[in-house]
Amino acid sequence: MDRFEWVDFSLQPEESNVISQTGVALYDGPAKSRVLAVPLSLVVLTEEQPSGFAKSAKIAVHFQKANSGKAPGPVASSQHDYIRLSFRNSGEVEFYRFFMEQLRERRWEKIVPPADPVSGVGARNRPGIMGIERSIQHKQRNMDMNISQSFKDLRMLMEKAKEMVQLSKTISTKIREKQGDITEDETVKFKSYLLSMGIADPVTRETHGSGDKYFTELARQLAAVLEKPLQECGGIMTLSDVYCRVNRARGMELLSPEDLLNACEMFEFLKLPVRLKTFDSGVMVLQLLSHSEEEVVKQTQILLEDKESLTAEELAQQLGLSVILAKERLLLTEKMSKACRDETVEGLRFYPNYFVTK
Amino acid sequence: MHRRGAGIAAIKNKNLAQARYKDKGTEIAEGQVAQMAKQMETFKVHLENFASQHKEEIRKNSEFRVQFQEMCASIGVDPLASSKGFWAEMLGVGDFYYELGVQIVEVCLATSHRNGGLIGIEELRDRVVKSRGKKSQDISIDDLLRAIKKLKVLGNGFSVITCGRSYMVQSVPGELSMDHTSVIQQAQNTAYVTVSQIKKTLNWETERIHRALDYLVKEALVWTDDQSSETQYWFPSLFAGAMNASS
Repeated sequence: MDRFEWVDFSLQPEESNVISQTGVALYDGPAKSRVLAVPLSLVVLTEEQPSGFAKSAKIAVHFQKANSGKAPGPVASSQHDYIRLSFRNSGEVEFYRFFMEQLRERRWEKIVPPADPVSGVGARNRPGIMGIERSIQHKQRNMDMNISQSFKDLRMLMEKAKEMVQLSKTISTKIREKQGDITEDETVKFKSYLLSMGIADPVTRETHGSGDKYFTELARQLAAVLEKPLQECGGIMTLSDVYCRVNRARGMELLSPEDLLNACEMFEFLKLPVRLKTFDSGVMVLQLLSHSEEEVVKQTQILLEDKESLTAEELAQQLGLSVILAKERLLLTEKMSKACRDETVEGLRFYPNYFVTK
Repeated sequence: MHRRGAGIAAIKNKNLAQARYKDKGTEIAEGQVAQMAKQMETFKVHLENFASQHKEEIRKNSEFRVQFQEMCASIGVDPLASSKGFWAEMLGVGDFYYELGVQIVEVCLATSHRNGGLIGIEELRDRVVKSRGKKSQDISIDDLLRAIKKLKVLGNGFSVITCGRSYMVQSVPGELSMDHTSVIQQAQNTAYVTVSQIKKTLNWETERIHRALDYLVKEALVWTDDQSSETQYWFPSLFAGAMNASS
């Protein structure tokens, strides 16, 4: 393989470390050897060779002929036009992804003006537009290096997180197949680990029992905090509304929508005076236990007879409710056969149900 | 290389070995929860280190956020599932997206009387950025989409519709069929459509065109303008996009 050149290990100004992977061996064609750097501009084709029983995963990289006058490398000439990278410590898939990305981007073709060899100090003293351009490039290069450092740290973090996910999957499988005799206590602990990591697990999901201390406490807190606002709102509030109010009041350490939902689902179990209700349309509300549906239907029916007919917008204005809740009221009244709908291009309008009453 | 045993003895041994493995399996399961506890502690330390160096960057750099989210998704982790999760607590990603969620709900509520509960994602972004004021960081479309994805669990009818080169966000419950979204796409550049325009580009029968348009009018997503030679059907949710396109 004669396309390689010996280079200094530190990055040239236009180069940035995209990905490093340890434990990669380079084979000259089908043989095995050791080499260093090759310009990506020479790559014409790449192919993946997935790992087998005793073989590590490999990537074959095919090159065109080298440019004349290239710096000396470990091999002056080679009969092969391709190399293989052998990934002994895994990481092949990711490396391949980044490799392809770099090939696609063809960054070596983007024109980068010659770098100022005396870094920041020199750049500052240069006058005029050239000086400004150089200092911008310098900042950009620093930012690129910082960002790539962040991405490196991020990837390392994710590797560790992946191990946690693997472990949790193993445990979860054991629970499911009842192979492991895990105690109630350990199940509770396990669930809290899943919660902390943000791993969704269908096996442990269903049981919302006494083990969920976090949601139980949250539910009690919410019931206490929301009782007064609910009363002021006519006893009913959409879940989105609740979400906004609660988080606005908190300011920091906001609740996730899922946290809110999970806590609200516990209201009934904890016998709190607030309940979560889902309408047929999918709209979810919190309502006070004292909020009676019959009352609502009766009230709506009276209003309908009074005004002869109402749309959701009109009812909303009348009662000072949101349009969504007003619509649900009319739909509920219709469900109880106390109202009739008239659907036209102009919208949905409800009338008292004269078919039944008259 | 040794020969495998043959005969009944071998079968008995195999069963015995399997039983032993199973017991080992039980042991291993119990041990593993304890092992996980230990690993969690180690992981927490790693995350704390990461947070101390990169927390600000996640808040400020939307590209970094996208990378972070995609990596989490690829390993099967949802950093936004719970505010009690490590990610939210230590990296503060939670607060960022949950607050964004609140702002999205508020913008949609404020504009729904005008656009019927349908808003273009660019307009949504502009309004949210404005409502965040001076401290507004780099809010990307990706950020909005992820926040909306979380909001859906609240049963508010939030959904995202692909519309040609961009997205529309629906914030009221209601079904928009493919015919409806096709009409919306037709209107993208000018913010309105006419029956003849749809006939020419989509080649639908008149009946089908009217069915789609009537539904949109009924749901208050469209206003009709009878002042021209042919009725124009205007989408308030597309006004902002059309103005940007023409400038």
